[in-house]
Amino acid sequence: MSTIARLALDRGAPPWLFGSALLATAPHALHQPIWLSLFSGLLLAWAAWLWWRDGRLPGRWLLIALVVLACAGILLEFRTLFGRDAGVGLLVILASMKLLEMKSRRDAMVIVILDYFLLLTHYFFSQSIPTGLWLLLSIWLVTAALIRVSGGAVCRPLPTLRHAGTLLAQALPFMIVLYLLFPRISGPLWGLPQDAHSGKTGLSDTMSPGSISDLVQSGAIAFRVRFDGEPPPRQQLYWRGPVMELFDGRIWRLHPGPTAAERIEALRPPVSYETTLEAHSQRWLLALDAPVTLPADSALNGTLTALSRQSVDQRRRVALSSALSYRFNPDERPPVITRNLALPAGINPRSRALAESWRQRDASPQAIVDQALRLFAGNEFSYTLRPPLLGDNGLDQFLFETRRGFCEHYAAAFVFLMRAAGVPARVVGGYQGGEMNPLDGYLVVRQSDAHAWAEVWMAGRGWVRVDPTSVVAPARLEAGIADALPQGEPLPALIQIRADWLRTLRHRWEAVNNAWNQHILGYDPQRQRELLSRLGLPDADWRRLAFVLATLCALLLAVVTAWTLYHRPRRDPASQLWQRALRHLRRRQVDCAPWETPHALLTRVESTQPLLAPAFRRVVEAYLGARYGEQQHQLDALRQAVKQLP
Amino acid sequence: MLMFSATNSVSANHRHPFAAVLDQASQVILGKPTEIRQAIACLLAGGHLLIEDLPGMGKTTLAHMLARLLGLQFSRIQFTSDLLPADITGVSVYEREQNQFRFIPGPVFAQLVLADEINRATPKTQSALLEAMEEGQVTIEGQTRPLPTPFFVIATQNPAHQIGTFPLPESQLDRFLMRIELGYPDRQAERALLASGGQRQQTETLSSLIAASDLPRLQSEVASVRAAAPLIDYVQALVEATRSSPAFQHGLSPRAGLALLAAARAWAWLAGRDMVLPDDVQAVLPPVARHRLRSAQGGGHASAEEIATLLRSVAIP
Repeated sequence: MSTIARLALDRGAPPWLFGSALLATAPHALHQPIWLSLFSGLLLAWAAWLWWRDGRLPGRWLLIALVVLACAGILLEFRTLFGRDAGVGLLVILASMKLLEMKSRRDAMVIVILDYFLLLTHYFFSQSIPTGLWLLLSIWLVTAALIRVSGGAVCRPLPTLRHAGTLLAQALPFMIVLYLLFPRISGPLWGLPQDAHSGKTGLSDTMSPGSISDLVQSGAIAFRVRFDGEPPPRQQLYWRGPVMELFDGRIWRLHPGPTAAERIEALRPPVSYETTLEAHSQRWLLALDAPVTLPADSALNGTLTALSRQSVDQRRRVALSSALSYRFNPDERPPVITRNLALPAGINPRSRALAESWRQRDASPQAIVDQALRLFAGNEFSYTLRPPLLGDNGLDQFLFETRRGFCEHYAAAFVFLMRAAGVPARVVGGYQGGEMNPLDGYLVVRQSDAHAWAEVWMAGRGWVRVDPTSVVAPARLEAGIADALPQGEPLPALIQIRADWLRTLRHRWEAVNNAWNQHILGYDPQRQRELLSRLGLPDADWRRLAFVLATLCALLLAVVTAWTLYHRPRRDPASQLWQRALRHLRRRQVDCAPWETPHALLTRVESTQPLLAPAFRRVVEAYLGARYGEQQHQLDALRQAVKQLP
Repeated sequence: MLMFSATNSVSANHRHPFAAVLDQASQVILGKPTEIRQAIACLLAGGHLLIEDLPGMGKTTLAHMLARLLGLQFSRIQFTSDLLPADITGVSVYEREQNQFRFIPGPVFAQLVLADEINRATPKTQSALLEAMEEGQVTIEGQTRPLPTPFFVIATQNPAHQIGTFPLPESQLDRFLMRIELGYPDRQAERALLASGGQRQQTETLSSLIAASDLPRLQSEVASVRAAAPLIDYVQALVEATRSSPAFQHGLSPRAGLALLAAARAWAWLAGRDMVLPDDVQAVLPPVARHRLRSAQGGGHASAEEIATLLRSVAIP
């Protein structure tokens, strides 16, 4: 028996399916291997070509061969068929391949469902506003394709699109209810596969010449901060990241050993703020120097870095407070002192000699720090993202010959000089400054604000921050990196913008993005609890939530149903009786097509069921009289006649 | 009046005023009862008829015969490429004796006008006739002259692909309530035709079965045939389907919807019913809709198959 699903597709339907397959697969081209995009694109183009030319679809064996080929390719590329990247790749190929198997409506339905599923997979890769808009557009078109496939050639493009839009608009209340009330789980909505967190940029846990200046060339946002009160002045915004104490002559590293939290004494009342960190795959929270209160799952380590228990693999919001003026470890433990005085032997002799001469003149740490800062201030040092390459005795070369460097050069050189002069010192990585978005009051800190500075230890005063960059390029602290660097440096265009309207536009876009992050993506269990308690449902557990959800959805459905029922055209009694007669005929294997007139049906009954015909003739006559003649007495006759059908 | 016959049952009903007309007509034009019925329904609905076919198919005979049977005053205009508007509507001639102009009415001043091969004339001349059809009056030299009632135009045209034709534009086609095609007679009818030696002479001997003065009354009776709400729903659904169907370039106009209902009423009345049934609508849809719709593929007028597909896509409410 043939069913609707087995009906052949009409010629107008495939373009809708090509379109929806293209929409569903296209954004994956941004991250999947090129061969995969090309392969699926070729499959799509082939299917479209066959449709255009009315060609024969490829046979089963060819398709099986293609599937094997695709699987082999994916295995070679990803070493697995599972996981996020391989799985999505496989889906993309299979969805494109199904287009070559498009024979009946059933196949078309499979394609539509695959497209819906593929759309969902985009959230594995991006949850930004453009992605959301793209998915909305795609869902609209895929739904239109579904309508077109089911409705056949009668569906014209514009009414079909309008119909799909109406359907989606009707789904909107349900979407909102589900979004607000579906029990939230902490962490991502679905368990992301292991490979989902690769390729995030951010500060690294080592520092070598060039590492920060590379990072600075990215305009990406590192984190956003909202202060509870007036934001502190820009010069004091040192966002503290990894502290590097070990030096091998070229690279600065973290001290690997476990370091416990130390004593910190705030000298002024702390500033509280909320930071929304972008994923950076490291554990540090980039608190303002120096953090005093931290969220529950994080702690300070011995170098005053706020560390989370787990690495920050997704956008995260933390509440912090920091003391901008503090005293830290005025009596430092000897191993730390030793560690922060160590230098590899035999390198940079000229620098060592210079530091030695300072110490002989005046051995007090403060005097030595001042000497070093005077050196940087007075000898035509310049601040640049493109310093010359340095050799083995890099610091000597930098201090006495090239004198061109970026913050990591100055911080490293300064710490080297301090240690050589007998003052414990270390390099601190992090970010400095940030840009206030006047539209939403968030301070935006970008990768281009990455910075490195130094810390020296003085007995009685503890660790004191010294930023040699501040004497070389004071503008770096006061106005930001774009003003501190000379023209023509390879900074991202985004942060070099000087035109006011462009800057406003960027601020607006970032404020919108931030609102999206904070309110839509950042709608976590805690926010849900807050919302629910405002709605009068304090401490709702998931059972209660499910109950509320079900009740609300049922209410919505009831309203929609009542509305539809209310607006339903009233069934004419004659028509109802006629339907009963038709059901009677159907039991006798006579089907009435919707377009068949009663007389045409009667003629058919007369030829196929002569015994039934006289009784049915009475039904037809009474029905026509009642329905089209609007004669009341015919209605009774119809009732009688239908009853008398054998 | 017989209530529940769908089609072709008028001849069985002796009281129906048009039974004899239909009988007589099908004896003159053999093997075309449906087309004759459509033509008469068109006339009863107060519309004008366009007959499209190759030369020699009996178009003129049909017109002639109808004029005779219905007792209508008949005139015939042979459209040629040099025909002028005044040749149709008439001219004023100066009469020296009376020292004034006298209007000599053109052939359009008749109750049944046969416009033969209308698409051979230039658009200007065509439009003179079509204006008369629409207005029921003619304005010549600033003076408006009413046309006789009833006023019924049967235009014939050759298929557009023939040489030397000016196809009627859409707007003017819309003024014809129906367009029918006679087509070749079937074997049996052709045999009878050949044996009898042609029907044209026979029409001369026909006497009128209906008085022309009765026609307006009958027409108003037709217009009062009941069209119940579900029937109007059906007409509306059909018209909407033509607008949304990808098979056609554009849909039927509201005027075409009215025409469809009027034709269905006439069809029902001819079947002896006082109410319109979906069967009537289905029966008149092809002659009413085909010349008003353009096929999306090819661009010609809608084919009978396309209309059948359309009918199958609309459920009867």
